[in-house]
Amino acid sequence: MKKFMFVNRKAPFGTIYALESLEVVLIAATFDQDVSLAFIDDGVYELVKGQNSKAIGIKNHSPTYRALDGYDVEKLFVERESMAARGLSEADLLVPVEVLSSAEMAALMAEQDVVLSF
Amino acid sequence: MLHIVNKSHSQTNSLQSCLRLAQAGAALLLIEDGIYAATTGGAATSGIRDAIKQLKVHVLQPDVEARGMAGKLVDGVTAVDYAGFVDLVAEHSNNQTWL
Repeated sequence: MKKFMFVNRKAPFGTIYALESLEVVLIAATFDQDVSLAFIDDGVYELVKGQNSKAIGIKNHSPTYRALDGYDVEKLFVERESMAARGLSEADLLVPVEVLSSAEMAALMAEQDVVLSF
Repeated sequence: MLHIVNKSHSQTNSLQSCLRLAQAGAALLLIEDGIYAATTGGAATSGIRDAIKQLKVHVLQPDVEARGMAGKLVDGVTAVDYAGFVDLVAEHSNNQTWL
């Protein structure tokens, strides 16, 4: 089993990165890998609760984050600095996460076998 | 760990975030528009001079030459060719490309 980290640094609807990341995460989980998700910079916006994309004609994929534990993907990490810079707190997020400092996130990233950026 | 950045530091925050999350002793390779960060002109805003104290900073020479920046790199940066790029990837246990 390898340690995979998916690094999410993009807001949810402006580009396809957020959705693509989620799809690859589910694939990795299917293959029983050790999967972590990191939310850094604008990637934090992917986890904001109350997203409603009906009027922009794009599927709202944010509920999928809540389904991840069904695939044994339970390690969601948010960088504290990124969250604070956007005026957000854990209460604004739609799923339980572990909040890490930059140094803690850096250490976690360094110990991965594979890091994939989105 | 090897960190790779391919965007100009004045266009996106990729380098800024990379430098925040790279551990001391890690390697950084600047490619494509990322190389501007390691030029004397770009260094004023890129933070590369501080980064050099903690990270092993490399630039991809073909991308430097293509942009007319040969001879304009800050001291302490190592230029590598394509084979050197491959060596860097092979030498490190993991890598991350900052999109």
